Amino acid sequence: MILELKNVSFTYSRGTTYSVKALDNINLSIDEGQFIGVIGHTGSGKSTLIQHLNGLMQPTEGQVFYEGQDIWGSTNPAEQGKKKVSKKNRYDLRSLRTHVGLVFQYPENQLFETDVISDVSFGPKNQGLDETEIRRRAEEALRQTGVAEKFWKVSPFELSGGQKRRVAIAGVLAMNPKVLILDEPTAGLDPQGRDDILDQIKKLHDERGITILLVSHSMEDVANYADRIIVVNDGKIAYDGTPKEVFSHYRELEQMGLAAPQTTYIVNELAERGMDVDTTATTITEAKESILKALLEKRQLRKGETFV
Amino acid sequence: MGIIKSVKLAFDYLKYGEDESDVQKVRAIDDVTIDIEKGDFIAILGHNGSGKSTLAKHMNALLLPTEGTMWVDGIDTAKEPELWKVRQKAGMVFQNPDNQIIGSIVEEDVGFGPENMGVPTDEIWTRVEESLTKVGMIKHRDKSPNRLSGGQKQRVAIAGVVAMRPDCIVLDEPTAMLDPNGRQEVLRTVSELNEKENVTVILITHYMEEVIHADHVFVMDSGHVVMQGTPREIFSQVDRLKKLHLDVPQVTELAYELKKSGIDLPDGILTKEELVEELLRVSEKMKSKPQSKGTRSEKTSGGNKASGKARKKSNEREGTKK
Repeated sequence: MILELKNVSFTYSRGTTYSVKALDNINLSIDEGQFIGVIGHTGSGKSTLIQHLNGLMQPTEGQVFYEGQDIWGSTNPAEQGKKKVSKKNRYDLRSLRTHVGLVFQYPENQLFETDVISDVSFGPKNQGLDETEIRRRAEEALRQTGVAEKFWKVSPFELSGGQKRRVAIAGVLAMNPKVLILDEPTAGLDPQGRDDILDQIKKLHDERGITILLVSHSMEDVANYADRIIVVNDGKIAYDGTPKEVFSHYRELEQMGLAAPQTTYIVNELAERGMDVDTTATTITEAKESILKALLEKRQLRKGETFV
Repeated sequence: MGIIKSVKLAFDYLKYGEDESDVQKVRAIDDVTIDIEKGDFIAILGHNGSGKSTLAKHMNALLLPTEGTMWVDGIDTAKEPELWKVRQKAGMVFQNPDNQIIGSIVEEDVGFGPENMGVPTDEIWTRVEESLTKVGMIKHRDKSPNRLSGGQKQRVAIAGVVAMRPDCIVLDEPTAMLDPNGRQEVLRTVSELNEKENVTVILITHYMEEVIHADHVFVMDSGHVVMQGTPREIFSQVDRLKKLHLDVPQVTELAYELKKSGIDLPDGILTKEELVEELLRVSEKMKSKPQSKGTRSEKTSGGNKASGKARKKSNEREGTKK
């Protein structure tokens, strides 16, 4: 277990008339190497939730653990459980943020350096690494996000939207995080740009073993890439399971202003109308195979005949 | 001539280097000839950088052509005295809801357009009320825009355009920053304006699902219009779209994959309902008489009436162009 939330609640503007409970008693554990999709409508609390994972926000109640360590508690066992933590025993939140990298929405708005490689080097530079290591990390991150070498010396502002977004992701990746949280990394990109970014993220997950949390409005994308889906609604975790488990609740998801992938609707409609298909299919490939199978069963194959 | 018409439209962006004299010309759109009928729902597709936003900005004279001509309701947009007329005829809605709301209360924001046009005060209030009702935001008229959701903000932005009573609304990726709910709100609003008020809609989007009900689709690539037709005609060409870095709706892709595996389905299936009906039909047929691979009929047109109508409409359009 790499991250754990225990009874975490968060209230905005506590004690005022504008007080809003954004998170309500969340319990969540995240294992190393998982690829998690986080879904929820605007205002459901999902952004508040992810900002708790790298210590950008402090819960009003409850605890956040990174690798077993309470990030708002004391590092000194003698001091544990106390409300006030003395300065020297505080958890190093700065280093936590290099372990748990957060890529915000429209991260390209945060690019600022004169060329691509300097921008990506900014993170590792702040980690106090030496020149060669900074360079190595930046180059590795750029390669892994698919930014071609000819762009490294170019101003980031001259790049296309999709390329800028990759550079911004590379900037977080260069800090060598163990967990990478991406808040709608494909918003505003064209279909190809979207698939490219998601494939790169998948590659990072598979090759570097990075734990991924992908916040998305696209049910199709989450169904295609994640092995676990967390549904946030009204500050609580409404569902937590595999895509198949979660999307089987598609009617409830609609009530929450969400939906299932289109394929889920098709297989369910077919099943209702009497076809023997797998109603848990969430991707095109799954739906296709299930429909082919159902159609084939209807048909008596003649000897030697194959159905292509 | 349609409400929006362009002939051999081209536009160059100027790119300045370190040195002021070092100016590069980048052609963003080239040789674009389109003709859009009043009352149509038009969609423009294309990958990032294909020139679709540049084209859209010509439709309300935010950009003026480097070569060729753009007419909005018969007015040449390059004729400067007509600029304001053009902008009243074609209103524009952009991607980011936060960048286009300026009023501190919803109704003030909506009144901004007509006020600038010199509409009398009483008339402004009538228009504000009317347009907020049309987009379904009348009960939020006294609210501060920053307390609204993304979808609601976009509807306020649309109301602001509607209050100027344009013949045509150009929306440049209006749903890109919205969640599924917000997207639906905005699309429903836009479709209603199109159907009930006969406002011409030009929708630029990356979401293929938003395009399936359009009357006509233009696909752009490197500054040119490379494909045009009804959604069904466009989405029948799955491989070509993928080459253009585009996609097809998930339903269409599933149908396409099934067809590749030998299931007898028409090309360009657009909705869940259509696919379900077609599959049930195939299933029935298979039960009754097994069909061998060679005799499978190559059906190309969808069975329903709507598609026939759309096809006819687009044929007529093709006809007028020639």
